[in-house]
Amino acid sequence: MSKWFSDTFPNVVYQGWTGDTGWWTSIVQTLYMTFWSAIFGGILGLIFGIGLIITRPNGIAPNKILFSVFDKVVSVFRAVPFIILLAFIAPLTKIIVGTQIGTTAALVPLALGVFPFYARQVQVALSEVDSGIVEAAQAVGASFWDIVFGVYIREGRSELIRVSTVTLISLIGLTAMAGAIGAGGLGNMAIAYGYNRFATDTTLVATFLVLIFVLVVQLVGDYLAKRTNHK
Amino acid sequence: MSNPIIALDNITVTFQQKKRAITAVNNVSIHVERGDVYGIVGYSGAGKSTLVRVINLLQEPTSGSVVVNGETFFQADDTSSKKVRIATNDLRTRRRKIGMIFQHFNLLNERTVTENVAFALQHSKLTDKQRKEKVKELLELVDLSDRAEQYPSQLSGGQKQRVAIARALANDPEILISDEATSALDPKTTNQILALLKKLNQELGLTIVLITHEMQAVKEIANKVAVMQDGEIIERGTLLEIFAKPTAQLTKEFIETATNIDKAITTISAQPLIQNLHDDDLFVRLSYVGDTTDEPLIAGLFRDFQVTANILYGNVEVLQNTPVGSLLVILSGVPDKIKAATSTLADHHVEIEVLKGGK
Repeated sequence: MSKWFSDTFPNVVYQGWTGDTGWWTSIVQTLYMTFWSAIFGGILGLIFGIGLIITRPNGIAPNKILFSVFDKVVSVFRAVPFIILLAFIAPLTKIIVGTQIGTTAALVPLALGVFPFYARQVQVALSEVDSGIVEAAQAVGASFWDIVFGVYIREGRSELIRVSTVTLISLIGLTAMAGAIGAGGLGNMAIAYGYNRFATDTTLVATFLVLIFVLVVQLVGDYLAKRTNHK
Repeated sequence: MSNPIIALDNITVTFQQKKRAITAVNNVSIHVERGDVYGIVGYSGAGKSTLVRVINLLQEPTSGSVVVNGETFFQADDTSSKKVRIATNDLRTRRRKIGMIFQHFNLLNERTVTENVAFALQHSKLTDKQRKEKVKELLELVDLSDRAEQYPSQLSGGQKQRVAIARALANDPEILISDEATSALDPKTTNQILALLKKLNQELGLTIVLITHEMQAVKEIANKVAVMQDGEIIERGTLLEIFAKPTAQLTKEFIETATNIDKAITTISAQPLIQNLHDDDLFVRLSYVGDTTDEPLIAGLFRDFQVTANILYGNVEVLQNTPVGSLLVILSGVPDKIKAATSTLADHHVEIEVLKGGK
């Protein structure tokens, strides 16, 4: 088995397990980037998505100016291609994390790249919460935060999980591009050590590993979304 | 009389749509006394929903004054820019004393029946234990104890509306607003819900404002009625007044659909008996309210005037313990005697409407 593997995938074996360019290192880098940028981008996206819902013209706290700000920021950041965003915001990255390159440096553009996408997804998910339910909550004297957490987030929970799954999967895709600023990860492995060196076996295995990540996220997301849906 | 629980005065609500202003409610005043079941009837788009939402300020009026339980919630003149509005926090606590139920129930889909009712109690001063007790009592009141842990999607329409009623009653309100609450339900379930509302009105003294497009619902439980059209109240009065002497065309339409008398007139008019009505005969509709029914008037017609009355259709409704009746009758006899007979009927407060004959 081991002989067959090293004969069929020589370059995969050459990369090694640990070390700067090892498989384990790449896996950890991808997980690290996905996890932290999901947290930061997720929080930012939730704030903007919820902000868009509550400040919209028929929202629970209509505010033309705030709505317009949320809307424009989301639109502008969504319009910038991620690979350009990576380079473009390098100075900002330096201010926030102290360096422009490496895995941690990638967190800033990743979070900024994913949040507008997530914000729109959250906006759509929450706009499906029936306005009649919000009205009924207001009629029983619910406060602003009761409605945000107790009605919008609680009622939209299953849909939020579904869009979070979609976002997380697209975020895994974005981490592959972060190799451009030396962030490492499985995407970088596939391109820099696989494709660029004509090591097709390395590309294949790296792709396969990313595929497993995506599959796991999808399965867990689907399960949770189904479990939390009582409609 | 002098101290209404809800006093809406000169309420106008306009919506700005693009550059056009749409007036949904136009200078409407309505006073609801404690213990009333006040029915507001009208077709969709008449402005009823907008009007009742003004009571708990879910809809802020453009001008007018809203006084609930003696407290001014809102006041604004047309002319001056001076506006009085209850503080947001106070409004929230006051709203808890005004229950509201809706056509589409508006339950929280992701919460169980118990959690839905408890949602209304999250700011109550009750302890956790008292809260649980309260929810249990409310579910017993609406007869849903066995469904406590189910989700709304597992319930029928009538059950959902009962959960909504339990939620609306959680903070022991004095007022219940019902916004087309029975319009999405079948006739049998509608009657159950109406019976429940009637019970709440009688046992808890709950004041109910009920809006609907079905006169049938109003007939079952209301003691006062207002009819709305194009943002205005075109007719109002006690249930008896409205049923006995409707003046506006729309009111008549509503009542006729509720009593089926219009159908009876059409059916009977097509019969050969009416088609070939004798020249001297009269086909009339007699309407009467209350005690008149106890006197043998029809028998009297023959005794005193030798006028025979052939009853083709009869309908008696008991509204607020008072009978209200309609008869479709052919009167035959000597023309002069018929005239005398009809004036005697009129003297006894029987309304006569000639449907055919008597040229």
